[in-house]
Amino acid sequence: MNIEGKKQIWNAYQKEIAENDYFYARSCIRQNFFPASEVAFLRILREELHKNIIDDPNHTTCTGIGYHSDIVPFDTIQTVVARQFSLMTQAGLEHMAISCVTSFGIYTEILDLWHHFPEQLEKIREYLYKATKREFNLPKNIAHTSDVIYKFRNEIAEKAKYKLVNKQTGEPLNVVEHIGCHYAKMFPTKGVGGAEFPQVLVGMIESWGGNVVDYPERRHCCGFGFRNYLVQANRGYSISNTKKKLESMKPYKPDFIVANCPGCAMFMDKWQYTLAEMEGVTYDENGYGIPVLTYEEMAGLVLGYNPWDLGLQMHQVQCESLLDKMGIEYDPKAKYLDKNGNQMPLPEKPSCLKV
Amino acid sequence: MIDVLIIGGGIAGIETACSLQDLGYETIIVEKEKTIGGHLNDWDTLFPTHRSASEVLAHYTDETRKRALTIYLNTYVISVKKQDDGTFEVHTSRDVVFRSKAVVVASGYKLFNAERKEEYGYKIYDNVLTSADLEVKLKDLKGEFKTPTDKVPERIAFIHCVGSRDEKSGNHYCSKLCCVTAVKQAIHLKQLCPKAEIFCCYMDLRMYGPGFEEMYREAQEKYHIQFIRGRLSEVGENSNGTLQLKVEDTLAARPCKIQVDMLVLMVGMESAKSTELFAQSCGLKCAPNRFIQPLDHHIGSNLTNVEGLFTAGTSIGPMSVFDTVNHAKATAFAIRDYFINTAR
Repeated sequence: MNIEGKKQIWNAYQKEIAENDYFYARSCIRQNFFPASEVAFLRILREELHKNIIDDPNHTTCTGIGYHSDIVPFDTIQTVVARQFSLMTQAGLEHMAISCVTSFGIYTEILDLWHHFPEQLEKIREYLYKATKREFNLPKNIAHTSDVIYKFRNEIAEKAKYKLVNKQTGEPLNVVEHIGCHYAKMFPTKGVGGAEFPQVLVGMIESWGGNVVDYPERRHCCGFGFRNYLVQANRGYSISNTKKKLESMKPYKPDFIVANCPGCAMFMDKWQYTLAEMEGVTYDENGYGIPVLTYEEMAGLVLGYNPWDLGLQMHQVQCESLLDKMGIEYDPKAKYLDKNGNQMPLPEKPSCLKV
Repeated sequence: MIDVLIIGGGIAGIETACSLQDLGYETIIVEKEKTIGGHLNDWDTLFPTHRSASEVLAHYTDETRKRALTIYLNTYVISVKKQDDGTFEVHTSRDVVFRSKAVVVASGYKLFNAERKEEYGYKIYDNVLTSADLEVKLKDLKGEFKTPTDKVPERIAFIHCVGSRDEKSGNHYCSKLCCVTAVKQAIHLKQLCPKAEIFCCYMDLRMYGPGFEEMYREAQEKYHIQFIRGRLSEVGENSNGTLQLKVEDTLAARPCKIQVDMLVLMVGMESAKSTELFAQSCGLKCAPNRFIQPLDHHIGSNLTNVEGLFTAGTSIGPMSVFDTVNHAKATAFAIRDYFINTAR
């Protein structure tokens, strides 16, 4: 492996990421499965980096899952995206920070389409106006929220309370980074580091002391693939893709996986439980599975946030092994307490995967 | 004023100069490198006979010396300006300005930069080479053949059409020589490493020249090289430095994974950057593939849209050594015709 070769590619794919004043576009999946990640993102931007970011409750789904499942027509999704831009315009902002990789791909695709076919943009302006009496400006900059964290990775490193280092051995943690397909595979120039060797998560991991694992199936799909999962009869494709990745990374003994896509984090986490139930296999040495984090959760741990405030108890693969390796102090008894300190119902234990 | 200035001291330029001298014309060659011979300097053997490239190079070096050809080495052509009287003024990286009655563009080609196919991992994974790298490795070989990570290879793959017939790379055309080069190199490696399994992943095998098809048959029947009709989608590196290839086998209609110790990318040919630059300076028309556009593909492939400006060799497109030599000889005769006609 020649890191200089990767650096050359990275140099060719450095995108402009706005410095401040973002309009936040939330993710449907993340709000359900990793709800604290988006809260952590806003906290990092506002409290650590002192940035202005508007989280507008009028913002809606981008309808991306419906679009990729062929149930939302293209004109409809364009009009929905136009409405998000009108909210941004109304807020007096020009920069979008998009939480979901699917949405990021859609926004990028639609802006590219409007660039090449201005008549389509005019048609959508008309549709939106007829439906809502809203008008909009195009954003001057769109970034995925992992781009924003990447941009400020060194500032976060300066404030870090923990490093991605095994506290007992002093060795860097082995981290598998997984990039959502729609982040850069459609438009390589829109992703930090391009499509083949993206730098966006690598940059964070390296800045915070970790070691990136490059394994043969690194670029393979996480298994979501929309129709692979959404059509129940196809779910065998979904889980077999995830299994392929997990088997490929296992020999490298990763301490955790980090993903920048809602679907990827969800499927690589939850399918570990399913594979354990189906086949009795786990992909770590001790039977606990490989923890899967979002990049905000990773940043939050580095910044010393309470793991339970970050929502790590919501994961299928439990993260205590990672917390112990990093030397993070946490209260095991507080794991399932709600924000008022009341005990929440405890989840059932899996039959194979240790928790 | 000299009769003909030749841009490029590869085999096309030298052959043109030799033939023109035989016809009684005075020539000079301007070569940007420090030595003559062009890409032939980096090649080990030539298809289809496996003859040493250095033999052909030695022939042209001897001819150059015997004929005392005038060659300016380390000299770049900056611009070629046609004058009102039909002659040419050639500005170079040297202070001197050359004047000639005719100019031959024999500036050759450049190899496709395999780093542009990022998914193949060239310059990232240690055991990914280009066909040109392999030639250098074979040329300098002392002792046993080993991979860049110092292993006697047990499995090797060749990937055809890297940067050729590839819309994503902006090269729609066929480089035409990579197929036979892969067959030649595969046989050579099989001779050096008899126990190795060798795979060639191809789109079509274009064995257009004499002896090529026979060599391809020999590769299969005698050397048991396996030809898989399909493209490589991506390369990953295993923890032991071996490579995992994801390939589509279009004849078996299935995707397959191949583990290899070494991967050779058959890089295609592109128009030399310098050709494009000085073509602009003199209004020389280039084809959509960026090589120089011949005036007539069938009966005037040495002529260009600028009268008195000729081409020789791969400045007009991919060519083998023997095609290049023949084209260069024909260029000399085309120039003679031009001088005869303009003298009338």
